[in-house]
Amino acid sequence: MATVIRTNNALPWIPLLLAVLISLLTGCGTGESNVVQGNRNGILHYGNGAEPQGLDPHVVTGVPENHLIRALFEGLAVKNPVTLEPEPGVAERWTFNDDRTVITFYLNPDARWSNGDQVTASDYVWSWNRALHPMTGNLYAYMLYPVKNAERYAKGEIDDFADVGVKALDDTTLEVTLNAPTPYFIQLMDHYSTFAVHPETLMQFGEMTDRFTPWTRVGNIVSNGAFVLTDWALNRHIKMAKNPHYWDRENVSLNGVVFYPTENEVSEERMFRVEQLHRTEGVPLDKVPVYRAIADSPYMQDPYLGTYYYLINTDREPVNDVRVRKALSMAVDREQLARTVMQEVVIPAYSITPPNTLGYHPPKLFDFNPEMARELLAEAGYPNGDGWPGLEVIYNTNEAHRKIAVAVQQMWKKHLNIDVTISNQEWKVYLNAVSQRDFQVARRGWIGDYVDPNNFLDLFITDGGNNNTGYADERYDDMILQQAPRATNQEERFKIFYDAETMLMEQMPIIPIYTYATRHLVHPSVEGMTPNLMDSLNLKYVKLVPGRRLPQELQ
Amino acid sequence: MLKFIATRLLQAIPVIFIVITATFFLVRAAPGGPFDDEKVVLPEVKRALEAQYKLDLPLHEQYLAYLSDLANGDLGPSFKYPGRSVNEILFSGLPVTAELGFYALMIALVIGVLAGVAAALKPNTRQDYIPMTLAMIGICMPSFLLGPLLVLVFGIYLEWLPISGWGAIPGDKILPSITLGAAYAAYIARLSRAGMLEVLSQDYIRTARAKGLPEWKVVTKHALRGGLIPVIAFLGPAFAGLLAGSFVVETIFQIPGLGRFYVQAAFNRDYTMILGTTVFLSTLIVLFNLLSDITAAWLNPRLRAQFKGGA
Amino acid sequence: MSVSQPTNESTAVLADAEQGSSLWHDAWIRLSKNRMAVSGGIVLIFMVVVALLTPWIAPYDYEVQNLDLGAQPPSLQHWLGTDVFGRDLLTQIMYGGRISLAVGFIATAVALSIGVTWGAIAGYVGGRVDAVMMRLVDILYALPFMIFIVLLMVVFGRNVLLLFLAIGAVEWLTMARIMRSQVQSLRQQEFVEAAISLGLSPAAIIRRHVVPNALGPIIVYTTLTIPSVMLLEAFLSFLGLGIQPPQTSWGLLISYGAETMEEYPWLLIFPGLALTITLFSLNFLGDGLRDALDVRGSKD
Repeated sequence: MATVIRTNNALPWIPLLLAVLISLLTGCGTGESNVVQGNRNGILHYGNGAEPQGLDPHVVTGVPENHLIRALFEGLAVKNPVTLEPEPGVAERWTFNDDRTVITFYLNPDARWSNGDQVTASDYVWSWNRALHPMTGNLYAYMLYPVKNAERYAKGEIDDFADVGVKALDDTTLEVTLNAPTPYFIQLMDHYSTFAVHPETLMQFGEMTDRFTPWTRVGNIVSNGAFVLTDWALNRHIKMAKNPHYWDRENVSLNGVVFYPTENEVSEERMFRVEQLHRTEGVPLDKVPVYRAIADSPYMQDPYLGTYYYLINTDREPVNDVRVRKALSMAVDREQLARTVMQEVVIPAYSITPPNTLGYHPPKLFDFNPEMARELLAEAGYPNGDGWPGLEVIYNTNEAHRKIAVAVQQMWKKHLNIDVTISNQEWKVYLNAVSQRDFQVARRGWIGDYVDPNNFLDLFITDGGNNNTGYADERYDDMILQQAPRATNQEERFKIFYDAETMLMEQMPIIPIYTYATRHLVHPSVEGMTPNLMDSLNLKYVKLVPGRRLPQELQ
Repeated sequence: MLKFIATRLLQAIPVIFIVITATFFLVRAAPGGPFDDEKVVLPEVKRALEAQYKLDLPLHEQYLAYLSDLANGDLGPSFKYPGRSVNEILFSGLPVTAELGFYALMIALVIGVLAGVAAALKPNTRQDYIPMTLAMIGICMPSFLLGPLLVLVFGIYLEWLPISGWGAIPGDKILPSITLGAAYAAYIARLSRAGMLEVLSQDYIRTARAKGLPEWKVVTKHALRGGLIPVIAFLGPAFAGLLAGSFVVETIFQIPGLGRFYVQAAFNRDYTMILGTTVFLSTLIVLFNLLSDITAAWLNPRLRAQFKGGA
Repeated sequence: MSVSQPTNESTAVLADAEQGSSLWHDAWIRLSKNRMAVSGGIVLIFMVVVALLTPWIAPYDYEVQNLDLGAQPPSLQHWLGTDVFGRDLLTQIMYGGRISLAVGFIATAVALSIGVTWGAIAGYVGGRVDAVMMRLVDILYALPFMIFIVLLMVVFGRNVLLLFLAIGAVEWLTMARIMRSQVQSLRQQEFVEAAISLGLSPAAIIRRHVVPNALGPIIVYTTLTIPSVMLLEAFLSFLGLGIQPPQTSWGLLISYGAETMEEYPWLLIFPGLALTITLFSLNFLGDGLRDALDVRGSKD
């Protein structure tokens, strides 16, 4: 190279600046990965999805918040990690009265808050008052509606909490009165919106129903679970340490947990690969085949209690005609979707309730049947797509939703010769459209809050808040709301559900697409992270084994 | 000069005011409120929430309330992160974005000025063509293309550098800073080349050379000052561009900075957060523009003379 | 800023639109000597032609998927490979190019019309009107537009028309400033004085004498605005705020490609190349035009 910058042209301060810049950029550190260090110190590094809204159990919603709150707090009952059966939590045992409308919880006298105070029954009464109070704005208040008068209190119809069916008989005895026998009620006690909070701490920072207060800050927060909050750097990490006052601390193996806000699946997977995380929240679909191909793969895929479906607004043309709805549903090749777009991560669904929900199996009324779909469409007045006025499917911005929508759009074109537009909307706009029923077809997912078909079937009661389809049938309401709770045994109950669901799917107000599965990457050094249908993790069972590394192919 | 500064300051005020007002009404006009959620928001719950955040007041009252809070420096609580104020979130993200922007700008200045000056010293030779073509690549390759490519090459194939985070792993600041700075390095290279070319053709430079001064002295003591004026003037708009660029770079590299917060807030309809960030960023941009204009004017002897006579 | 004045005085008189042919002729010769600019021009024309002819020459149907095929690397049947839906990438790039180029040209045209008109009026009329008009420009110029565009697109949803308007609304300001200073300096010229004395209406003067003379910087700036508009569209699409599926653009293709770049690098590289090469061409062409017309810009 003939011409080069002559050195005596170089401005003298440039090299100095460069040196400073480089040293600032590279920074300093040990170079040991989080996983290796964590295994040695008993610290779990956990990819948690999004940055949480907050840690207040009566205010926030969302899966990332769920994980954090469950690490910090514990409910009256917990779930066995494998069977999902209820086990003692803050309550060491509970009894039912004869007609199962009154449950008496006996709290463990050793159950303590992280500041040493005992967890008392009146803490629960106070907390449920807060959880149900209209001013608190608890989006999950309905979890407590099985309790007598809880719904009326939450809607402001009565304003004396003493009328609600929960009483502290003494420090360790909590009596709960239900509207009707509710088989899944104990399960609800493991949902964070029914957890107790420490009244004195909250009152230090404001009124019971205040939402702003700093009570959840590091240094203020008082919790009763296996871990306590030690650090929260917004958008960077949330650190927890073992709670010395936790009643079951002997059985907690971890010394601490660090949660990372890993919104981007692709980046999260990369962090996992360089051993910065023990566990990821998700796995990019395109990586799944790669991971499956490895022996001793860290890839974990397990059934998840949720259904992915398309809501149909049954009041709008052209989908107000049940034949059109059925045609649309039968023209979707779910097997192909699951196999190709979803990399075999999911299972095709033909109904709203996931298969084997507590032993319940939903009816399957149809299959992928393009010929019949075409016939139905012709009957409805659009033979071979002639005269089709068009249809729009909305979905919230997300890679996977887009892929499915694009594929389904194409399937409808191919098998039914109809033009369908798809429109991604960002989250708030989409939610608004759905709740205002301003759509024709909308993508939806429903994850069970507790393991019971009721959680899925009661979505479609007339004017149910999460119905959004316009499906309304008194007989269906009666079966779900009146008959099922009064069934004398599980078999009878499930039969009622089965009939109701059959009735529902005959009208096809939704197009079920698939049953969810969870996918995570879990480092080989982690033990005790048992997969279960609710992906409900109890970190107290987790153990780290030093010395284990990722398989060779990944490094 | 003072008059110039005063005039520009006065001009800045309506700008910021328009920003606040426009953003306020724009955000409120959007479909979807901050409390929509996947689980249905029961009407009574929603009402309680709205009361708490003053969303049930008529629009103009909300606006006035907001303005008075602003006057006290209070940007309000975040809707998305209850319990955190906008001020707090802003100031947690600010140092990160500031650091990122600083490195990016430094990289841009150092590389840009070096390249531009070198090119100007030997125009139309390889010393000119090569840096300028590289500069063109920098301008034509958007950061969201450059970023992933750098990640692919340096992070994944060569495994030399970390590919996400900020301050978590040593060296994780390098790729984001380069990605953000690259386009600006390119612009600065072109600007400094053009500026230097113009200045180098001036009489006083020829005089200096004729006097026998060594070339590097000619460049640093005489040419640089005038030649870099366009670069200084560019810093103002560059700052705004860097902030915008940070949206993308912070998203690609998962950096917990203001840019990412802003984009998320927009999507979440976190009214106060959007407003707060917009007001804050806009004020910064306006101030920066002002600063860079003043500096450019001050450095430019011709303009300075003009200002002595009043703006 | 200055512009070469027509050297041939006689032509710069009240004759009609025919400008100093020697100005344009000179410029053309200078331009054709600039190899980079010429290659840029050729590539650009190629891209535009391909974009226009796409519905006829694309090798595959744009929407047809082949789910079982999935993403494949380049092969004989698919020169650039396929995407995750089994759709041919070359076809995607061609259709994406149509949109990206369309946004580029149309939004620039919007910016151009508003900016030129605004600047011309301000520069010609001068006085209070000018002061007010340019003050408005200054104020708008100081607004952090990126932030507003993000907000606009989030608030009003993604509609291609809105995209054009939003982008156009950002770019017209500089155009207005350039036009104004052009017009201002031209206004002093004798031929304009002469035109006024002859009783020609301001509109006619602007149209027939001012604008053609100011064309130089306008052309240059327009050519340089298109790439910046295209980048803006790509940026918005990357954030999910621009073009929506089923339509595609280079920006969208790049953002999808970035997600799966490890498994399917061709999905990132080819759209990236398409965008970069087009922007390159536009920039070189613009630079060449600027050198050829001897325009010295105040804003780069």
